[in-house]
Amino acid sequence: MRKFKDNLLLGLLWFGAFLTVAILLIIVGYIFYKGIGLINLEFIFGDYSPVGGGGIWPMIITTIYTIVISLVIATPIGILAAVYLQEYAKQGRLVRMIRFATESLTGIPSIIYGLFGAVFFVTTLAMGMSIISASLTLTIIVLPVIIRTTEEALKTVPASYREGSLALGSTKLQTLYKVILPSAMPGILSGIILSMGRIIGESAAIFLTAGTVAAMPEGIFSSARTLTVHSYLVTQESGDIELAAAIGIVLIVMILALNFAATFISKKLNKADY
Amino acid sequence: MPNPSEVKQKNKSNRLKYIMEFISEKLFLICALISVLSLFLIIGFVFFKGSNPFIADGYSFIDFIFGSDWIPSEDKYGIFPMIVASIYATIGALVIGVPIGLLTAIFLSEIAPKPIAKIISPAVQLLAGIPSVLYGVFGLAIIVPFLQNNLGLVKGQSLIAVILVLAIMMLPTIVTVAETAIRAVPKTYREGSLALGASPIGTIFKVVVPAAKSGIMAAIVLGLGRAIGETMAVILVAGNSLIIPTSITDSVRPLTTNIALEMGYAYGTHQEMLFATGIVLFSFILILNFVLAKISSKGGK
Repeated sequence: MRKFKDNLLLGLLWFGAFLTVAILLIIVGYIFYKGIGLINLEFIFGDYSPVGGGGIWPMIITTIYTIVISLVIATPIGILAAVYLQEYAKQGRLVRMIRFATESLTGIPSIIYGLFGAVFFVTTLAMGMSIISASLTLTIIVLPVIIRTTEEALKTVPASYREGSLALGSTKLQTLYKVILPSAMPGILSGIILSMGRIIGESAAIFLTAGTVAAMPEGIFSSARTLTVHSYLVTQESGDIELAAAIGIVLIVMILALNFAATFISKKLNKADY
Repeated sequence: MPNPSEVKQKNKSNRLKYIMEFISEKLFLICALISVLSLFLIIGFVFFKGSNPFIADGYSFIDFIFGSDWIPSEDKYGIFPMIVASIYATIGALVIGVPIGLLTAIFLSEIAPKPIAKIISPAVQLLAGIPSVLYGVFGLAIIVPFLQNNLGLVKGQSLIAVILVLAIMMLPTIVTVAETAIRAVPKTYREGSLALGASPIGTIFKVVVPAAKSGIMAAIVLGLGRAIGETMAVILVAGNSLIIPTSITDSVRPLTTNIALEMGYAYGTHQEMLFATGIVLFSFILILNFVLAKISSKGGK
């Protein structure tokens, strides 16, 4: 009887794992199968054309804009915030409040960020539906990610490094810039790369703050579409699954490349360190 | 004896150092406070906008929550059908996604031969990063027509389509987090149980999994958060009808999709009501997290 029950449970485990792998393989396989026919240089580097047959270059540029702007703002703030929490702060009410806020930000769904961005950046600060409004909204979304990964990275720096540096007479600030941050760099970089993935995958918040104009953005104050929003809109408006899947391939390749980069950087820098 | 002017010079540079230290510490503090400020701004703005119709314009909050008609052109704002749709969709996705996800996580950490786990685990982890829109595209292209043909529906976009898409979408998150939690269970637990004569499978389900309970709960909460908050993928497969679903084949409009669909053209009270919808969604997530935290802390005892 026990043997039977054990075998049944074991079978269930195999079945569950098989199901997960099969489903996920089917999804990725389907997207590649459907979209690969459209992928060529003209599709990636061509300008958008509303009558069809055009490329997705404006959406790629818009996506890059949002990544660069939000990271340029979020990275320094996030790293310095993590430095404060790990290296300077004394445990107490203030730190608990900051931690609570950071954790709460992680749990807020993207559509709420979108609502906030729409009323705060778009309307109140009068930036309009634009790349900058979306990027600032994204900044808040990735801030907790950068803070958390940087904190984890700072935690792995041995206390003896700090003590050694301080004992040699350097100030806290010198220790931070010359010793702590360099040794925590691989972890911090992986965190930044993970945030890029998060920004690329984001859709609802961008949809409500950047609008849907399908053209090459003239600047950061113009409305534009990112790749994810474009993929959503072509599916929703014209049911063009092939085009959506082709954009999907571009997105998946970007995410894959970022993940490999993150793994590579943390391995390489880790080796160099020891 | 050092030259007095040299001493003065040294003091000066020391003072400069202290000032730098002081300024930088305050600068770091300000950076850390930005997340607090953002949270306050988000809650403040969304709640201010969303509560305005009830406070300033005299709309009834009860009618808003329990009203079943959402007709902005006639000034009727009831979101009860959307609340029901969101609850059903979330529970449905949990019922399907959690068991499959946990079985996979247990398989990968306890049963799978190492080379296999070494390939599958990172692959599943990678899939957690795939943009959620793509799950919606897949849902519309495959799941919706499949349901339409096999269940004989007029329209494949339905509650069950939403449930399936959300369940699939939360799988990678649940598997990744739960697997980490199960792997973190000390080896001695397993050895102790095996030494007492328990079978390997019995050990997994009676010792290892309960020991990883808090991590598994965290996995479920994260998967849940992803499911409730998901918007764009859901719009594609939900059908977006404003009815209280009575069967899983009904077309539904969850809370998130209501916001995204109408935000583009709404203004005035209509727009404020969308913010109110956001508040309900927000409270919904807070309550669910709270309940799950309670369950897991009780289980821990």
